[in-house]
Amino acid sequence: MQIDWFPLWLSLRVAFVSTAVAFVVGLWLAYILANREFHGKEVLDAAITLPLVLPPTVLGYYLLVLLAGNSPLGKLWENIFGSPLVFTWKAAVVAALLHSLPLLVKSARAALESVDRSLERAARNLGASEWRLFWRVTLPLARRSVLAAVALAFARSLGDFGVTLMVAGNIPGRTQTAAVAIYDAYEAGNTMVARTLVLVISAIALLILTLANRLNPRGA
Amino acid sequence: MISARLRKTFPTRPDSAPFSLELEFQAAAGVTVLFGPSGSGKTLTLDLIAGFMRADEGRILLDDEILFDRAAGVHLAPQARNCGYVFQNYALFPHMTLRQNLEFAAERRPRLERHRRVNEMLEKFRLVDAAGRRPHEVSGGQRQRCSIARALIGEPKLLLFDEPAQGLDAPLRAEFYEVLRQVRADFETPMLLVTHDLDECFELGEEMLVLRHGRLVQNGTPAAIFEQPANVDVARLLGIFNLIPAEIRSLDPGRNTSKVQMGEHELDGPYFPGHLKGDRVTVCVRPERLTALARNGKPGVNQIPAQLERTIERPQWMRLEFAGGIAVDLTRPDYERVRDTKDWMIEFPRESLRVL
Repeated sequence: MQIDWFPLWLSLRVAFVSTAVAFVVGLWLAYILANREFHGKEVLDAAITLPLVLPPTVLGYYLLVLLAGNSPLGKLWENIFGSPLVFTWKAAVVAALLHSLPLLVKSARAALESVDRSLERAARNLGASEWRLFWRVTLPLARRSVLAAVALAFARSLGDFGVTLMVAGNIPGRTQTAAVAIYDAYEAGNTMVARTLVLVISAIALLILTLANRLNPRGA
Repeated sequence: MISARLRKTFPTRPDSAPFSLELEFQAAAGVTVLFGPSGSGKTLTLDLIAGFMRADEGRILLDDEILFDRAAGVHLAPQARNCGYVFQNYALFPHMTLRQNLEFAAERRPRLERHRRVNEMLEKFRLVDAAGRRPHEVSGGQRQRCSIARALIGEPKLLLFDEPAQGLDAPLRAEFYEVLRQVRADFETPMLLVTHDLDECFELGEEMLVLRHGRLVQNGTPAAIFEQPANVDVARLLGIFNLIPAEIRSLDPGRNTSKVQMGEHELDGPYFPGHLKGDRVTVCVRPERLTALARNGKPGVNQIPAQLERTIERPQWMRLEFAGGIAVDLTRPDYERVRDTKDWMIEFPRESLRVL
């Protein structure tokens, strides 16, 4: 029987893009949460974490309302990129982000906060700007934990099912990711395809999590 | 020249008592020691000056530059203050070599000059051989010298030291004192040094500020403060005084004499300016100013009989503790002469008496 590997490649592509976005946005959010004092800081933290506990249907519903072609954000997207966002692979990226971003922000915030404050004081005292302090002192010292957080976010992006199904759909060869394809194959009775994809996805996830553990200073 | 007027209040928290710092002082070139028990606000003072924290009230002036002025709304960022800070644990960047630590501090200089300056400091602080290694790969002495070199490389107008010799063993401590004396000779900046070590005050301090509960309780040279503590609290902080309740019976400024009633004994002392006959005071005498001797017949002037309770051996001297909480320090040869005594007297030399 011929196995279609497209869903796996799509999943990897979605995971890469979503992790890249999560890295940039998440690191920035983690920095803000770790360094700034402002009202509603813990509310912001809770809001970022919320997708981890809400049912996928709820999240999918929000995203559809927010990003559908007739919503302001959806219209903006269509004006810029010329095509709607929902039911494309890019919507799958947004779906994956909902889970990878909170994981990354949580772990990266803890990693940044674990850096010895006296080193940051020393850097400021020596005239370093906040920017240089972050890139030359804080981030290098938190490097391993941040990389572990990135790996975790990547692994999570690989496996999203519910939200992806709702906002990206199940269009074979276009938006069907591995997780969705497994469900599809199982429903259709293609146990071989389902089993193969299950094993491959599990192996990749196991590999990444092992890597993350080795990176994490606490696990080493 | 640094002059600071600072007020900072911390309200009561579940895990800490309220604390307030209220302090005004000036320090010229040379080492000024901030001395006090832990929790007296010493490190907080440094942090306010370095700009890591913001005072509620006051003003900090370094030479002609205003670092902080609450009334005028000035609060320079730590980056803009040009204060060298030597941290308690040195705070060297662990992921950089010693050379990179210095380069990081010199980064605002032009490339060529930076290179020259880093090499100069590495040589001056005998770090050339260790320059390529990271902080955890070098000796404690090298770490310490590197942290001082790093603080100095930007030519700061003020140097701040937060308990730099704490937790060091004796040889490293001696080395640190040597380095610091060298720095003091080479750089004409005020240096503020936080410590709760009395030896350090004497070893390094030209001026000394005694802090307690966030207030300045006395300032002056270490020797002067040691000679005449401002009050019982300071005497206790200095930790080496016999403090005995007494009453002044007479005062004679003309002949520079006084009589002090201490328990059932009357002692002769010098004239105590600022006190009146009948004042209840605390006599304050350093243990090494007293003498303990064998009692033969009737005690003489300023000699009182006493009961020896125990003897404590110290490296340079012996401490004899008598009933009533009076301690006498004798040098070892002096102690050898009287060690078999059963019946003791303590002699209070007239000039040694201080009252608080």
